[in-house]
Amino acid sequence: MTRFILNDTLVESTATPGTVVLDIVRYHQQLKGTKIGCREGDCGACTVLVGELTAEGVEYKSMTSCLLALANVEGKHIVTVEGLNMEKLSPVQQAMVDESGTQCGFCTPGFVVSLSGCCMTREKVTEDLAVRAIDGNICRCTGYKSIERAATSLAAQLAAKDVQDPIGWSVQNGFLPSYFAGITDRLQAMKTDVTRSNNEQPSTSNGIPLSGGTDLYVQKHDTMHHAPVRSIFNDEALKGIRIEGDQCIIGGAATAADLMNSAELKELLPQLEKHLLLVSSTSIRNMGTLAGNFVNASPIGDLTAMFIALDSTITLTTSDTPGMTRSLANESRSIKLKELYQGYKQLDKSATELLTAVRFTVPSKNTRFHFEKVSKRTYLDIASVNSAIRLDIDGDSIREAHVSAGGVAPVPKYLANTSTFLAGKPISNDTVRAAIEVMNEEVAPISDARGTADYKRLLLRQLFFAHFMELFPERFTLNELVA
Amino acid sequence: MKNIDSAGHVTGRSIYLDDIPVQQGTLYALPYDAPTAHAHITKLDVSKAAAAPGVVRVLTYKDVTGENQIGGIIPDEPLFAEHEIHFWGMPVALIIATSEDAAVQARKLITIELEELPVITDPREARAKGELIIPPRSFKLGDTAKAWSNCAHVFEGRADNNGQEHLYIETQGAYAYPTEHDSIRIASSTQGPTAVQRTIARVLGIPMHRVEVDVTRLGGGFGGKEDQASAWAALVALAAFLLKKPVKLAMHRMDDMRMTGKRHPYSSDYKIGFDKDLKIVAYEATFHQNAGASADLSPAVMERTLFHATNSYAIPNVHVTAYCCRTNLPPNTAFRGFGGPQGMFVIESALAHAAEKLGISTSELQRRNLMAEGSEFSYGQIADHVNAQACWDLAYAKFDLKKLQADVDGFNAKSTTHKKGMAMMPICFGISFTNTPMNHARALVHVYQDGSVGVSTGGVEMGQGLNTKMVQVAAQVFSIDPSRVKIETTNTTRVANTSPSAASATADLNGKALENGCNAILARIKEKASRMLRSSPDAITIVNEQVLNNGQPTELDWKKLVHAAHWDRVNLSESGHYATPEIHFDKSKEKGHPFAYHVYGTAAVLVTVDCVRGTYEIDAVKLVHDFGKRMNDAVDIGQIEGGLVQGLGWMTMEEIVYNDKGKLLSNALSTYKVPDIHSVPKEITIEALPTDGHPLAIRRSKAVGEPPLMYGIGVYFAIQNAIKAFRPDARMVFDAPFTPEKVLMSLYA
Repeated sequence: MTRFILNDTLVESTATPGTVVLDIVRYHQQLKGTKIGCREGDCGACTVLVGELTAEGVEYKSMTSCLLALANVEGKHIVTVEGLNMEKLSPVQQAMVDESGTQCGFCTPGFVVSLSGCCMTREKVTEDLAVRAIDGNICRCTGYKSIERAATSLAAQLAAKDVQDPIGWSVQNGFLPSYFAGITDRLQAMKTDVTRSNNEQPSTSNGIPLSGGTDLYVQKHDTMHHAPVRSIFNDEALKGIRIEGDQCIIGGAATAADLMNSAELKELLPQLEKHLLLVSSTSIRNMGTLAGNFVNASPIGDLTAMFIALDSTITLTTSDTPGMTRSLANESRSIKLKELYQGYKQLDKSATELLTAVRFTVPSKNTRFHFEKVSKRTYLDIASVNSAIRLDIDGDSIREAHVSAGGVAPVPKYLANTSTFLAGKPISNDTVRAAIEVMNEEVAPISDARGTADYKRLLLRQLFFAHFMELFPERFTLNELVA
Repeated sequence: MKNIDSAGHVTGRSIYLDDIPVQQGTLYALPYDAPTAHAHITKLDVSKAAAAPGVVRVLTYKDVTGENQIGGIIPDEPLFAEHEIHFWGMPVALIIATSEDAAVQARKLITIELEELPVITDPREARAKGELIIPPRSFKLGDTAKAWSNCAHVFEGRADNNGQEHLYIETQGAYAYPTEHDSIRIASSTQGPTAVQRTIARVLGIPMHRVEVDVTRLGGGFGGKEDQASAWAALVALAAFLLKKPVKLAMHRMDDMRMTGKRHPYSSDYKIGFDKDLKIVAYEATFHQNAGASADLSPAVMERTLFHATNSYAIPNVHVTAYCCRTNLPPNTAFRGFGGPQGMFVIESALAHAAEKLGISTSELQRRNLMAEGSEFSYGQIADHVNAQACWDLAYAKFDLKKLQADVDGFNAKSTTHKKGMAMMPICFGISFTNTPMNHARALVHVYQDGSVGVSTGGVEMGQGLNTKMVQVAAQVFSIDPSRVKIETTNTTRVANTSPSAASATADLNGKALENGCNAILARIKEKASRMLRSSPDAITIVNEQVLNNGQPTELDWKKLVHAAHWDRVNLSESGHYATPEIHFDKSKEKGHPFAYHVYGTAAVLVTVDCVRGTYEIDAVKLVHDFGKRMNDAVDIGQIEGGLVQGLGWMTMEEIVYNDKGKLLSNALSTYKVPDIHSVPKEITIEALPTDGHPLAIRRSKAVGEPPLMYGIGVYFAIQNAIKAFRPDARMVFDAPFTPEKVLMSLYA
């Protein structure tokens, strides 16, 4: 049995733990405001807010309920559009009405839910952040300008929000229904409820390891809700981002959003947040994990490309019992991330191994890191080609280089020869152009729905130019590079 | 007035097909579709699926009680494949189970043996092989053959455009219930309730009066549910009819994308000639329409391509020909613009091509050739109330486009990595169904004895704001508060024999019918008032619910008068009827006056291309639009913004990919991208052309659904202009969409 609070109501669901929250909400609980658009996290019509108890109170994140397993919401607060309704329209709803941000209305509850998340965050809501909150919501009618205007209006209305107590403030000012004020206590009570025995936990120990589910539910939509699952999404031991000596260590179940919000990473890699904005959408970044991105073995995984270029090392831990993370040392091995990939969707990882952590050497002041990605649509799309680079420089020359590329080989590609070639070379047009020759020898793109082989090869060259133009704007110009 | 449905939408209370509470015992249907594009079926085995847990029955063509045929214009489309498969995704069987999941699992157990046949996906190949759905049609004006010799400059070329997935966020679906007397009641997500009714009657073999179709609203249609909702409705209706149980189907997105048709890809050739003053003397075009495996609405779509082949330009000699080519793709269908955009893309390509060769700007060529009052269209209609030049001139004045172009040139002179491009896109779009007999509608009005009003029309609300406009019409005619008016669902038992909600004409046709209905009731209650006030009906007016006699207030108001009329046995109900006057078209001559009026506009599009990566952003679209006398600002602005963005999606990122076996590769939202909030123009400025509107438009407020989509075409040419700023010798290719791939290849390859 899985217990969670759905809007203002405690739900004790006996559905299989692999069932997605979307089906629970719509067909078990008969709350029809949450819509089905695509069932693969690409439209946002089914967006819900998921509240999790933290030391500071309940923290809410938007997630697409079509990819959200019941097992992952044990002890959490799920908010659908019905849970935001009050006697009068909320300011979010009113802004959408006033600005005509709704036409056919089918996507609208998703937008309202995503935007309402802005009332709950512990940060000042700017226009940009309000728009970012809905970057995973697709509307086919409005052309978005009216929704943008609603977001702008909302940001202005939330200017006075108390970032220390956003829920309290939002309840007091009529942005959220009053029951929100009691959610922290109710979640706390659920957590400490001693009447619950272990065998009531939703996960089964020999189930399919499930973290964010953002890829698993897309790939195995038809079977996942029957399958025994073992949720590791909420395993604190698999989360967290910390610095130990010269190593940055990140838990495998850290989400892309965790990376984005990490003060440590902001310090180490100031551009990372910008790069991560190119990775899926806010609601997917709130679910998709680092380990998930690595082990799904997509040749164009964005996080994979970034962490290969960071020359990361991963920890693989053998265990098939929950709580295995407490005995890491005995059953773990470490390999370079780039060595994980042996062929198309083939990994150096056994079925019983979990990718529990990733670590990389923290950048020095001489380190340069950059990521490039081009897709048909800039945001919330899969790359045609992506590439990341880490350079450690020594004055005018490159001391060490690590370059990765996605979409140009059956695996996320570490460009070993290119990286070796760059080491020790001066930072110059000649070096970059010569490196392209090396690079062309070690990639083999194929034609598919994301572009022809010729395009991908050309694009990779351009992205490689872009790395140097962005990292050393004073040294490189497009004209000289393509000359 | 804001959209009256918006409060329901933002609270999640609006009801779409899959939100209808299910009746006990409801069964779930799931189509099993062809896993290949062209083949003989040698063996179909559904026995394992039929025996699977939860499965009630598996239907095939053998179970059809009426006719296994759903073709609307031409009977060439079986509901279920019988012995032959014509496209990948063609329905072959229907699984009926106690749950959706049981049906999904059972579908995997169906086996099929096939004898593969050659697959055609290219319309030119289809034409070469004689695979035409109807004979080609040509529109002719003047004599192009003679005119070429009078031309100082002649250019020929080719233009291709891809299709477009509708991507209504609510997928196709229907929910059928058996009712008494072997009848069917069905909720359907359709733009064409009567089409659904007619199709079900045909497939079940029962008269239309035994089929009741009810539509509350659609979560988007865009043409995709005009004809193509019927198949799914017919499938569930057949199942409900046979099993005597409620049966529902709400399609999975990937099933929907695979099994339904889209906007038509076209491959076209053009030839354009100018005199020494750069006036277009002659234009010829040959359009190869990729119709897919059966007719669907393709002949009608093809016709509108011919109607709009010359866009906004006055051309004395025109000869345009279109071929409706049968291929092994899902039958392509209506999509906002309905063939018009495809025709306009070709002439805009011809102009861009000519401008480059002549060494002048395309906008200069466009400007010199805009239509004027009295210009003759190739189909014989003489243009009246022409606003082409007025929109163009206002755009230049209002947006200072000369300066904007100078800014673009200045930017380009400085920047090496990014280039800007600007393009103009004038539009001229005809309003009316081109099939004249479809231009009529009815509306049923009940004034209840308490003064509240219930309105049913044949129009379907799908986000276009129809319900809101209908409330306005009734409230304005009666001069009562809009809150007194309720719009009912669209139901074939209340309003029969309807045309689909399409052709941008829904508000005009249904609104005029509603006006007529309201006016008839108004006349009767005024007559009653005149008797009560001992006056004449002509002296009675109702203003803001007050009954006035010779302009003077009386003791009567709307409520009292209605109440009194009811108890005096006055009929407070009326079915209003409207048929568009003045229109006619003779297909044997391809001449006539098919459109009630035309809508004009001019957009200026500004883009920035990232010449390192081949990506681009749309900086601004500034446009002047011919709204007429706009009756609802919020709704109409929403139509412009939404139509524009849908059009530019078609021109940029939306890329449908079939492989040469006819399998759809862009089969999900992960592989088919529509604009998101970041990819729309940073600025959209909309200026209304001040006019008195058109008398054949509802409340003189012109149709606004489709025309703005075509502003998006300008984005293609703005990108092209930016590319040329980076690489003046870049080859001019007219092959939409302009994906980042094509941009990068144009920049470097």
